[in-house]
Amino acid sequence: MMRRILGQLANPQLLALAGVLLINWLLFPNFFRITWQDGRLFGSLIDVLNRGAPVAILAIGMVGVIATKGVDLSVGAVMAMAGAVAATLVVAGYPAPIAVAAALTVGLLCGLWNGFLVAVLDIQPIVATLVLMVAGRGIAQLITQGFIVTFNDPVLIFIGTGSFLGLPMAAVIAIVLLVIVTLLVRKTALGLFIEAVGVNRAAASLAGIRSRMLLLYVYGLSGLCAAIAGIIVAGDIRGADANNAGLWLELDAILAVVIGGTSLLGGRFSVPLAVVGAIIIQAMNTGILVSGFPPEFNLIVKAGLIFLVLIIQSPLAGRLFPARLRPVQEARK
Amino acid sequence: MSRSLRPLVATAIIFIIAYSLAVMQFPGMFSTRVLGNFLTDNAFLGIAAVGMTFVILSGGIDLSVGAVIGFTGVLVAVLISWAGFHPLSAFAIALLVAAIFGGVMGLAIHYMQVPAFIVTLAGMFLARGGASVITQDSVPISHEFYSWISSLIIRLPGGGRLSFIGLTMVAVFIVGALVAHRTKFGSYVYALGGNPVSASLMGVPVARTTVGVYMLSSVLAALAGIVFSLYTSAGYPLAAVGVELDAISAVVIGGTLLTGGYGFVLGTFIGVMLLGLVQTYIIFDGTLSSWWTKIVIGVLLFLFIVLQRLIFAASAPGEKAAEKG
Repeated sequence: MMRRILGQLANPQLLALAGVLLINWLLFPNFFRITWQDGRLFGSLIDVLNRGAPVAILAIGMVGVIATKGVDLSVGAVMAMAGAVAATLVVAGYPAPIAVAAALTVGLLCGLWNGFLVAVLDIQPIVATLVLMVAGRGIAQLITQGFIVTFNDPVLIFIGTGSFLGLPMAAVIAIVLLVIVTLLVRKTALGLFIEAVGVNRAAASLAGIRSRMLLLYVYGLSGLCAAIAGIIVAGDIRGADANNAGLWLELDAILAVVIGGTSLLGGRFSVPLAVVGAIIIQAMNTGILVSGFPPEFNLIVKAGLIFLVLIIQSPLAGRLFPARLRPVQEARK
Repeated sequence: MSRSLRPLVATAIIFIIAYSLAVMQFPGMFSTRVLGNFLTDNAFLGIAAVGMTFVILSGGIDLSVGAVIGFTGVLVAVLISWAGFHPLSAFAIALLVAAIFGGVMGLAIHYMQVPAFIVTLAGMFLARGGASVITQDSVPISHEFYSWISSLIIRLPGGGRLSFIGLTMVAVFIVGALVAHRTKFGSYVYALGGNPVSASLMGVPVARTTVGVYMLSSVLAALAGIVFSLYTSAGYPLAAVGVELDAISAVVIGGTLLTGGYGFVLGTFIGVMLLGLVQTYIIFDGTLSSWWTKIVIGVLLFLFIVLQRLIFAASAPGEKAAEKG
């Protein structure tokens, strides 16, 4: 039992995270220092959790989509829309719970729209979600009338910057979502169905899985997660910026999912490892910032990381390395 | 009329209708001046979209286009303004760098067998990051060669002017159409996009074609970057953010099937013009905000994708089998 747990801990993602944290520690000796102040924890490590939470939440939604051999490019734009809706309603005098509920509904509807295009109209996911990626930011600007809508609502600000049990609220939300979604896909047959549709949708349908419904669920969840991330980001800056909220975060979310070992060809996925992927990305971001490198360096490091992951996952590497390092190929065969 | 020409005709008719409606509202839009500016203002987008057409025809996608435009602009500006190169040699270096860049992406896509969009995503990060590491500010270019090129204009009756960069775009489209429809490489690209397995069984050099397609796309993106630097007389690392999306939209609106294997370079030209029309209309109107551009492009994209679905659902029952995973 103990050995099994240790064996699971020794997967490439956690080793990579440990490596990144170690490098951060070498560059910045105070990296692991965490202090308790004003009823919450402070420190670089906590900061990584806090800043990484939006991408982690997006990644939780994105995992299901990618596992069905799809991709959701619209999550960044949906974040902007959800933030815009929440901020505009709060400024217009509505109570915060209604604003949050409306923002979540908008996210869910966006996700269902994507799901409708993919599942019912049979459009390729990249293209189907591209529509909302292009139009969504325009709609968000329409909602905010082109302004950055700022607000002082305590509830929304708490969602973005508050703390619960000493942890940042954003991280708490991400952890709760992670637990719920993981239980949902691993303790029910849902995860198996998602994998089946990802491997071969036609065969899954013939086997009796209602693949259309399933795709709608998966894209709906992705939209919902994007809305949650959008509310957090808006609460964090106390305003909705239709132009910049969630810009390029869809790419970070996809990257997090890929780092987490989920195959882009569908059929194999892990929600917790995608979240680990998001934390790895954020740990690198923070590491580059605290060690004084220019932030632009980040993009190059990310590009290198993608190539590294792709090489590890590629069939070419499969012939060179022992089987343990390439679980993806095993699952596909 | 051949049935396969239907989407192209549909796009052309929609462009003509949209343009007529716009002209009815603003008679000033029907002038050589506006048409000339159509070409000049969209030159860099059009050139990049030709490369994107080839990539999409081959069944792939290239997300690195905008970043390559930005990187090329910075590289050219730095070579000319800081290192004292002549613009022509700077252009040659930029095109060579882009060719290598695209070639490496093509090699990665073919030999590592990963989806094109993740490889080109890495390429996008790399090019954008590289540009930002070289410089974070806008680097102005002031060279007599640049002013000379800007002075090359063909004046049209009615006050219109055809600029050098506008004509460059037209030339790229003509050459692109010839390559796609009249050369061996062009038919390889179509075959690869139709079905890579049967293409390779028929003896299409899949590796060479894939590398060639991404090389072509990056070189054209670099050319677009050069044109963009001529247009703005500067290089800026954050220039042309999101142009890849505009280019993909133009290709789709132009009737090219995103699953690959079907489409026309000329259709992309109409697609670019349609995007330009939307922008010009919004400028003419004056009361509409610029964010309507994005919404209209999104709606157009949606309409054309559904249109494609309807046409192909009716005419090509075997298309499902050709879809790639």
